[in-house]
Parts: sequence; structure tokens; C-alpha cells
Amino acid sequence: MIAPILQYIDVVKSYGEGELQTRALTDVSLTINAGEFIAIMGPSGCGKSTLLHLAGGLEDATAGRVLVNGADISTMSGAEKAKLRRQEVGYIFQKLNLIPSLTAIENVMLPLELDRVSKSEARERARVVISDLGLTHNLNRYPSEFSGGQQQRIAIARSLVANRSLLLADEPTGALDTVNADEIIEILAQLPKKYNTSVVLVTHEPRFASWADRVVFLRDGRIISETQSSAVVEG
Amino acid sequence: MAIREGLLAALSHGARNGYQIKSDFETITGGVWKLNVGQVYTTLERLERDGLVEVDSEVEGKTYVMTSDGHAELARWWEATDIDSPPPRDELMLKILTALDGGNEFALKVVEKHRSVLTTLLQERRQHMRSNSETSDWLAMQLVNDALMFRAEADLRWLDQCESRILKLESTK
Repeated sequence: MIAPILQYIDVVKSYGEGELQTRALTDVSLTINAGEFIAIMGPSGCGKSTLLHLAGGLEDATAGRVLVNGADISTMSGAEKAKLRRQEVGYIFQKLNLIPSLTAIENVMLPLELDRVSKSEARERARVVISDLGLTHNLNRYPSEFSGGQQQRIAIARSLVANRSLLLADEPTGALDTVNADEIIEILAQLPKKYNTSVVLVTHEPRFASWADRVVFLRDGRIISETQSSAVVEG
Repeated sequence: MAIREGLLAALSHGARNGYQIKSDFETITGGVWKLNVGQVYTTLERLERDGLVEVDSEVEGKTYVMTSDGHAELARWWEATDIDSPPPRDELMLKILTALDGGNEFALKVVEKHRSVLTTLLQERRQHMRSNSETSDWLAMQLVNDALMFRAEADLRWLDQCESRILKLESTK
């Protein structure tokens, strides 16, 4: 039986109070299984990014439950959420958040070092993941010395190196040209099989969403439809 | 459909019998455009009637060669451009425009239905490419696939735009 890695159960998310209250998500229920690649699409302001923020504990649901690997995020302390992000849930944003004063390999080693993995082991694991993503350049250079596409690969490597089971990607190709963007999405599409990492991709580009096993459409904070790749249905 | 010109293109490299022409056409088009034998011979008869191909009487069996008029016709076809004059008319556009008569909510439902189908089509095309990356006619298949995907994307972008405009109108009511 396939285990769910991320579950939203009757989730509601509101901002503000009283008359100023706005609903970002309404009664959202969605299950993402281990090793699945899901794309979330919808118009601006439909709640796509909010869904990702809830999964990483960056925001709390107003009602309902969000479970990662069966653990309810709403009952977690701040420290537990931070640990969840360090060990279970990786983020990739359009803005890469690489640390400019650390070299490429040091950026990728960082999550392992925070988890007290030895420097030599962290360096080796980082090197393997980076080369797996097709980066063979001098990894002792600083992020600014790499192209946008290469920097995004470094950011993906940093999210993968700690063997996280869930990767949340919020418009990760927004700052890239078409060719680099296509390559990054292809890399993301390979992660479920290669690393057994589930990927949730927020995008407004149908071309990118077409790589996914499932595409979920949101409108006004509600799931309005879902399409499934025929390969998944047949498989 | 330009099967007539496609068969001429398949014949442009030398004499072929009907089966070879069919097979060449299917290879050129990346294996996604299958023809039936009857369709091939009917088209060849018409091309022969119009003086664009002729039967090579010196070869055993029915072998076709392209005439100089055939070469000229093929060159004209490659040069000709066929761009819709505005306003474009297609069924999807007609469906959404007429659906608006049933109210915005109904139109949004129609938009969503078509968007789901087109997204599934994109997923299927992507899957098809991922599972056929070692075939000999890879480039042709890729180009056909790109064309189908870009067209579906264009429709999807337009459907997204329809949705945004309808929702914007709703929010100002």
C-alpha cells in the first residue's frame, strides 16, 4: 500500500479578523503519496502558495489538519516545525536563498552540518547529489559565479542532500529562461524515482505541470478539479 | 489535411511504389500520422490525373515518380503561408462565447472541463515522449509532439485568460 506523505484534511486558512477577514483556502482535502509528483495550478491569489506554506509549517491552518508523514503539524512546537523543515520538508523558491558567503558545496552541506553530520561525510554526500544533478563545475566557487540555472540546481541539491521525503517547489523557474526552466522541471520530475522524494510544484505554466503525475487546480481557495497522467492510471 | 503534398514530399527523393510512399510518409511524420493503403492509392491516382506524378512504365510493378509539375507544386506548397485572417474562428472559442449566455458560472464550468482535458492531453504527450526516447524517428516525433503541446498550451493560456476575466467581472459586481 502506498503511504501518504502529505495530507490536507478539511483545511481552512483565513487572514485577518471580522469584516476584514479573507479566505485563502476553504475545505481543502488532498493526499500526496510517497514518490508522487504533483503540480498545483490556478490563478493568482487562489491559495497555491498558501498550501505549500502550510505543509512546511511556515503558516498554520485556521481549521482542519495538515499531516506530514502522519504527524500533525498544527500540534507541533516551533522547534519541532524547524526540525521538520530540516529533516523532512525541503523548499525551492524562485528566489534561491543561497548564502552568498558560502561556496556552492558549502551551501549544499549546510543542512547536514546543522544535523551534526561530520564535515567529511557532509562534503561527500553534497558532492554526489550535486554531480547527480548535472553540475560538474568547480564547486568551491560562490553562488554569484554560477548562472541562474546552475544556482537553482545548487538549491535543489541543498534540499535533497538530507534525504528529505518531500520537496515543495514554488514557481522555481520564474527567474530562468525557457531552456534552463525546462531542464529544472525535468530534474524535479526525476526526483521521485531517483530519490523517492515526493514533489509538489506550484506553477502557472501548463508545460511544466504536464510532467506531473497529477495536476490539481485551485480557484478561490478550493480544489475545483484534478487530472491524472495516464501512466499513473495504468501503472 | 495536406496528405497530397505530404505524399509528394515522400516521393521527392526518387521512384517509389505505393507501399514505400506510405511508409516514408509515416517515418517523416514521426509515426504519429498513419495512413491507410486505400487513402494512399486514391491520392496517388488524383496526383497522376493532375499530372504531378506518373507511373514509371520501365519498372516492374506500379512505381511512381514525380513530374516536373509535381516538383513545382511541392515548392509552391512549401513557400505558401496559411495564416488565419482575424478574427480566428475555432470551436473552443465558440463554445466559451456561447457558454457565457448561460451565465458566468456555467461558462467557468465549461472552461474548467476543457482545461482538464487539455492538461491531460499535455500529460499524455509528455508521457509518450518519456517512453519513446530511443526510437529512430526521434527528431520528427519530438517536433510533432512540440507542435501538439504548444497548441494545447496556447488554448490553455486562453482558457486561463477567460477564467481571469470572468472572475474579475464577478468580483466587481
